[in-house]
Amino acid sequence: MEDWIIDLIKVVFIWVWCLLIAVVMTWVERRASAMMQDRLGPNRAGPFGLLQPLADGIKLFTKEEIIPEKAKSILYVLGPALFALPAFSAYAVVPFGDKIVLGGKEIILQVADVNIGFLYVLAIGSMGVYGMVVGGWASNNKYSILGGLRATAQLISYEVPLGLALLAVVLLYGTFSLREMVFQQSGTFLGFLPNWGFFKQPLGFILFLVAAYAEASRVPFDLPEAESELVNGYHTEYGGMKLGLYLFGEYVNLGTLSAIIVTIYFGGWQLPYVDMSAFLGPVAYGIASFLVFFLKQAFFLFLFVWVRWTVPRFRYDQLMGLGWKSLIPLCLVNFFITALLVQLTV
Amino acid sequence: MGFQAYQGEGWLLTKAEQLINWGRSRSPWPFPYGTACCGIELMAALASSYDMARFGAERVGFSPRQCDVLIEAGTITKKMVPVLKTIYAQMAEPKWVIAVGACACTGGVFRTYSTQQGIGSIIPVDVFVPGCPPRPEGILYALLKLLDKIQEDHPLYKKRQEVAEALEAGK
Repeated sequence: MEDWIIDLIKVVFIWVWCLLIAVVMTWVERRASAMMQDRLGPNRAGPFGLLQPLADGIKLFTKEEIIPEKAKSILYVLGPALFALPAFSAYAVVPFGDKIVLGGKEIILQVADVNIGFLYVLAIGSMGVYGMVVGGWASNNKYSILGGLRATAQLISYEVPLGLALLAVVLLYGTFSLREMVFQQSGTFLGFLPNWGFFKQPLGFILFLVAAYAEASRVPFDLPEAESELVNGYHTEYGGMKLGLYLFGEYVNLGTLSAIIVTIYFGGWQLPYVDMSAFLGPVAYGIASFLVFFLKQAFFLFLFVWVRWTVPRFRYDQLMGLGWKSLIPLCLVNFFITALLVQLTV
Repeated sequence: MGFQAYQGEGWLLTKAEQLINWGRSRSPWPFPYGTACCGIELMAALASSYDMARFGAERVGFSPRQCDVLIEAGTITKKMVPVLKTIYAQMAEPKWVIAVGACACTGGVFRTYSTQQGIGSIIPVDVFVPGCPPRPEGILYALLKLLDKIQEDHPLYKKRQEVAEALEAGK
């Protein structure tokens, strides 16, 4: 097969896989929330309500399309697309498996092994907030614009700790390539722990996790769409599938963030203590590495749901305080310690 | 010869209608409009042990653009009438209304100058739930009745004209 066909297949596969994760996450969130609230959750559409996302999709697609009279119609339509696209794009550099040998040809399970993949993720990841800001502003609704403004303020207070937490990781691995980072996490650390970023950067991981929740604007940092204050926040005026794209983009975003967490802090596709390539055939190894990566990702996806139904929402000023007064100093401390240890050990 | 899957006139349209009805009747997102004590019963119907979410009636949104079923639970005073009308007009088609409680149905015990005697005369109502207040089972039964109604709907037929006429007649 030619190289470009393989690339095309990988792009389509990842696109479909992201969509599938988002669809299943819609169901998982509703069933898990029901479980935590001692309810049953949707169980009428298909077995265990598994077709619930499909029913929602059909309904949203056949809803009337409303564009408010005073809204800026082009930006209003552009908003959801701007929100969902970056989430998909960020997945391009995530290594979702090691490699698979098909027909004597070695295929890397990653769409693009960019040597600055790390910077690409950071740059694209923060683009999603434009969707919220543009959508909120274009709706011409006071609650929408307040949601959009909150998204902006939230962006500048969490983006700095997010970058600083990841900078320490770069210092540790000495590379910008996400694939290279996963390779460096094989083996053991201190003789008995898996050589994962999590064990070398525990503080950095927690800081990154907090910032990631703010980036995904999930509870406890879902201020742009705080229902109790802003009706539905930035997507108050959206209905039909445009709203569906906002809700969908959120889950794609969660999938991407979980994938990045797994790649950087939890050894990507590698199992701890076990080298899968030693006893699995080339094809089986490719599939197994993909599944291991997906299982780790699934855990963090569930963690997002878990936290959502456990923690109450932060107040607006509390988020600012947390970002500027706690996270940034801690990130700097973490960065300093990492630099010191790297300097002493190398 | 010819296309054998085609079985008579309107086959494709009716199948499409069935699919759309299947989706719509399994995801009626509610818009809670609780103005009095019936709102408490509505909350109970949404919470555990009754759990309206089983029928897909979840994601309670407070934006009329995003919801399908307006659940009007409580007394509507004359001052509230324009608000209710606006909310109904802001909802995107297709939309349905459940009037919960004696006040919403007929004005109930408030037979006074200030109370609207039933919301049926201002907006088209699909299901009335009597009771003062009705139990959550009553609200769930009304929702099931509504879902049956949605199943028999013809979504590819223009409903907007009908609604406009009904609103005009209500004035």
